[in-house]
Amino acid sequence: MRDVLMEIRGLSKTFHVSGGWTRRGAREVRAVRDVTLSIRAGETLGLVGESGCGKSTLGRLCLALEKPTSGEVRFEGRNIFTLTKPKRKAFRRAVQLVFQDPYASLNPRRTAGQTVMEPLLLHATDPRLVPENTRSIMRTVGLSEEQAQRYPHEFSGGQRQRIGIARAIALKPKLIVADEPVSALDVSIQAQILNLMKQLQRDFGLTYLFITHDFSVVRYMSDRIAVMYLGRIVELASNKAIFANPLHPYTRLLHRAIPVPDPRAKRPGQPAEIDDHPPSEEGCLFYPRCPERLDRCREWHPTLFEPEADHRVACIRKKGSL
Amino acid sequence: MTAPPLLEINDLRTVFDTPAGTVRAVDGVDLVLGRRETLAVVGESGCGKTVLALSVMRLVPTPPGRIASGSVLFRGENLLALDRKRLQDLRGDRISMIFQEPMTSLNPVFRVGDQVAELILRHRKTTRRQALDEVAGLFHRVGISEADQRLRAYPHQLSGGLRQRIMIAMAVACRPDLILADEPTTAMDVTIQSQILALLDQLKREMGTSLILITHDLGVVAQMAERVIVMYAGKVVEEAPAEVMFDTPRHPYTQGLLASLPRLGTDPATPLPIIPGQVPSLYDLPRGCRFQDRCPDVRPVCRQEEPALLTPSPGGTVRCWNYA
Repeated sequence: MRDVLMEIRGLSKTFHVSGGWTRRGAREVRAVRDVTLSIRAGETLGLVGESGCGKSTLGRLCLALEKPTSGEVRFEGRNIFTLTKPKRKAFRRAVQLVFQDPYASLNPRRTAGQTVMEPLLLHATDPRLVPENTRSIMRTVGLSEEQAQRYPHEFSGGQRQRIGIARAIALKPKLIVADEPVSALDVSIQAQILNLMKQLQRDFGLTYLFITHDFSVVRYMSDRIAVMYLGRIVELASNKAIFANPLHPYTRLLHRAIPVPDPRAKRPGQPAEIDDHPPSEEGCLFYPRCPERLDRCREWHPTLFEPEADHRVACIRKKGSL
Repeated sequence: MTAPPLLEINDLRTVFDTPAGTVRAVDGVDLVLGRRETLAVVGESGCGKTVLALSVMRLVPTPPGRIASGSVLFRGENLLALDRKRLQDLRGDRISMIFQEPMTSLNPVFRVGDQVAELILRHRKTTRRQALDEVAGLFHRVGISEADQRLRAYPHQLSGGLRQRIMIAMAVACRPDLILADEPTTAMDVTIQSQILALLDQLKREMGTSLILITHDLGVVAQMAERVIVMYAGKVVEEAPAEVMFDTPRHPYTQGLLASLPRLGTDPATPLPIIPGQVPSLYDLPRGCRFQDRCPDVRPVCRQEEPALLTPSPGGTVRCWNYA
């Protein structure tokens, strides 16, 4: 097994939403609940889930962009939330982020070259090498020298995402958190960016935490896949096992829901009523939507356990002894 | 097919006058839709598929947009020549539209029940009370639980899936002949998406409605459509029955799109086939075929002259010189 690069232990994040001046409707949002997970060096860990499940918050916690409510994240053995200043600077070099929206994440007043150059200048040991390094990174992601002089609005979505990726790899990081990197792109451009990311992983030995809602994209990119539901990891296994032998009812529901690009495939089933009642905090969070629920799921909150080697699931139906 | 089609679009051109020049968003589109048929319009952002739907509904913002030429015959009547009154009688009653983003299409300051009832009151002789009863029935029909309470909800109190169900209830309220659905599930999670699509499909069958489904998602197309139109840079480049298009795509663009999809069976070790380059700017279209710079089979003639929509074999058309 590969070495663990990042280890997440018992990580939780609760946001407090104020009710505004009326104080009505103030509430807590438990975005990430007790997540334990490790990211292995050189792998792509896919984090998949629906909107609002907490996957982006988990990604931001891994970058120390948010402070956790409880739990810790260790990167190369050190807790990233208690780093000293020089250590934090080294951590910021080693872990980088690729954003979803290439339209919003680039500074419109800076040229592509300036955007890519900035992290190099901040962390440079020899500023004279920066221009040459910038050119070489731009070439690596498929942008020409002439394009370095252009501003973000002159680029298409796919090229902007290339700039975002160039900035992320500029400092030769070890881990890249990619938060929905292709969701905003057209289909014909998505494949270009996915291929580029795979190429970079091979060339630079990168580790990816790849966050997406798209099951077919995660399948193509990941070595292992974590499925998240309402802040919890409900299943974690190898790419192959998640698809060949999904153990959690939610994973199976997601499988069935993906529209397959084949007109002879099964048509969508009967439209179900939407039950949007909030789940009870004591029981399984998936209880209201679970097609396989049992009465005891309402009181019993399942934790991740490992019924098969390297395959974890949080569902009491899989726990024979209970 | 002896009966006249429900909808017939001939040489529709919708342009936008901008300071940087005139953009031809829909550039000579022909289309025929039969009764009860589901037609998917596929293409990437900016290919003109939304403007096509807005043109049929006469909802293109004017200015800067205007319909430059063409005709849209709906049950034999040219929608582009109708006066305002007649158009408003048809919209919402015989033709309705479902938009991508249900939050921005519902009015935030009115209760959702009243918003749907308003539509029924506009088109039918009935009382407010009866209309609201009808809405409660519709809500139940589209799978909204506790329909009576939900009538009194405001849009912000409902989830995205419920809001889109309300949009669907509104679209089917008067049992229209034609529904135009513009990316109806794009903003949704897959599990909600599959429910909404199943619902749309079921209602359409029950009411004998025709559906034009606009989407960029080929998975959705495969599930829903009988026939498919592929658009590229304002033009139709291919049209075929769904099974034919997925089995034997003809246009190099359609072939590229289908090949570049990461499917559940794709081997993660091999790179995805890609379509190189990007969609040409509508301000600066090349001479000849619009796909020439990205095409693997480009020939000299493609850079000279725009190909016509050809019929290499019955049942499907393609706009490509390789079939001439």
